[in-house]
Amino acid sequence: MLGDRGQSGGIRPWTGFVALSVAVAALFLCPVAVSAQEEVEAVEQDTLLLVAAPTGLSAIDTPNDRGSSINVTWELSSDDNGDGIVAGYEVFRSAHPETGFAFVGRVPFGVTEYRDSSVDNRAPTYYRVAALGADESPFFSGTFGPVEASIQWFNRSRLNALVAVIIFVVSILYFVNAAKSGKKLFIRRLAGLDEMDNAVGRATEMGKPILFISGLSSVSDVATIAAINILGEVAKKTAEYNTKLIVPCADPIVMAVEQEVVKEAYAKAGRPDAYNEDDVFYLTRSQFAYVAGVNGIMVRQRPATILYMGMFYAESLVLAETGSSIGAIQIAGTDAVTQLPFFITSCDYTLIGEELYAASAYLSREPILLGGLKGQDMFKLITVVFLVVGVIAATLTATGVIESNFMLAVFATG
Amino acid sequence: MATIIWTTIGAILTLSVYSFLYKDNPFYKFAEHLVVGISAGYYLVIYYFNFIQPNVVAPVFLLRIGNEAIGLGSSMWWLALIPGILGLLLYTRFFPKFGWVGRWSLGIYVGGYAGLGLSPIMQARVLNQIGANALPLTSITNVFLIVGLLGTLTYFFFSMKHKGVLGVLARVGIVFLMVGFGASFGYTVMSRVSLLIGRVSFLLHDWLHLI
Repeated sequence: MLGDRGQSGGIRPWTGFVALSVAVAALFLCPVAVSAQEEVEAVEQDTLLLVAAPTGLSAIDTPNDRGSSINVTWELSSDDNGDGIVAGYEVFRSAHPETGFAFVGRVPFGVTEYRDSSVDNRAPTYYRVAALGADESPFFSGTFGPVEASIQWFNRSRLNALVAVIIFVVSILYFVNAAKSGKKLFIRRLAGLDEMDNAVGRATEMGKPILFISGLSSVSDVATIAAINILGEVAKKTAEYNTKLIVPCADPIVMAVEQEVVKEAYAKAGRPDAYNEDDVFYLTRSQFAYVAGVNGIMVRQRPATILYMGMFYAESLVLAETGSSIGAIQIAGTDAVTQLPFFITSCDYTLIGEELYAASAYLSREPILLGGLKGQDMFKLITVVFLVVGVIAATLTATGVIESNFMLAVFATG
Repeated sequence: MATIIWTTIGAILTLSVYSFLYKDNPFYKFAEHLVVGISAGYYLVIYYFNFIQPNVVAPVFLLRIGNEAIGLGSSMWWLALIPGILGLLLYTRFFPKFGWVGRWSLGIYVGGYAGLGLSPIMQARVLNQIGANALPLTSITNVFLIVGLLGTLTYFFFSMKHKGVLGVLARVGIVFLMVGFGASFGYTVMSRVSLLIGRVSFLLHDWLHLI
């Protein structure tokens, strides 16, 4: 029968059996395959969408600050393993514990803190943090609060700096008083400054001017203040010897201060009539335009002595080389470490770093300046003692003699 | 065409400045006066727009960009008057009778900066540096560093003559300083050579198209 049917229908008997088997198999197996695929997709979807929220949310007023800032911390979401399931965290803030939470900032995954620096002081503030899924869906933590930002008038992390400043000031005041009371204070010889008199004398003998360059920095720079002090002493000498003093300035405020200083020095020397305000003038603030202008002054007015005192940058070598080419005696002084090599190689004398600060006291021998210099020396001595104790403590800690380096707390600043 | 003109002007001014290497001449004088004059004028504008306008003019006269008050806004505008008036007092120097008034501004400016700088300098240049250099003497490098540091500090001690142990330490200090300066010299010279290469490249490539 089957054979006949098969033949008449053009279908072989075994072919019909296979078709039937496939049909039956499809009937039973297809639902299983479809349900497995759906399950995988559902799991993947769950993995993408469901992320554990961060826990342990906490917020405190940022310590030792000037207010308007709160530090928010939390523990990582348990899904935050750096594999991309958590994209990051967003921090939300509100004045109410239940509603009105607004976005304030975002940090990447793996980070557990955020500093909110836009808070009103003394305003109760509530926080929530959301872990973001790979599709940026937020999963919120609970609410933390209230917490208030406030101003700390005293930065306790800088207590050691305060103590150091007090020691520094007290030592200076002590030596200033000692100098004022007539106690003789010794300062070792500084070769560069001993030559200052000779340099001014040489210019006088040659009938040529003295060029004083106080660098490119502003009055906020310690080196510039030291340079202005030295300028006062140099101006006294030029007033006494009736030698022309040229001071081109790169900063308008420095120019105003230097005009006052030179004017006062001439008055102290009893030669107010010899002071010419136009000799202390503003050139330009632009670094290399200033260099071009000063170089022009050097080659045209040919000063016998050039003094470079203050803060210098890339212009130092250009200036000093031009000064050297006209045969001027050159004395430099700066605390710019990168420029000192150029002055050392191209000037006759160079005051290195702190020698610049010591110069005005050395030249004037005024009690206040001398006391200041001695006070600085005393502070340096104390610094050396602390350094030696710090080295000993570090060595003992490293070799296991003591457990912790107690000096770290002394030097630590916030 | 405009590019060629400006590049040529730049090249001529560059060569004018380099002509100073031979001696002072009219070309250098022209370039010098041009750059000094232009930069002085340029900085006048910079000073106004970067300092006077945002810190004095804007808060006092309540300048706005759109609806936003700029500078100090409206409530604390009077604070801007203090530096503004102090700045104006500097001009009293043009009137010999009242010139002394300007010294108040200078005194506040200089004294303020010196006072404000004391605490940060103490922190950054003293405490942090001592802390960073208080190293254990467990390696040659550390020993070298500590000896150099103590020697250098000794060199800058002005209250005693550099004799005996102090003299030896100061000598060690100056050797360390000079080694450091030598290294700094070489490093900076290399960077200056690169500036020269930049200018030569401008002349030969941008201007003459030879390379």
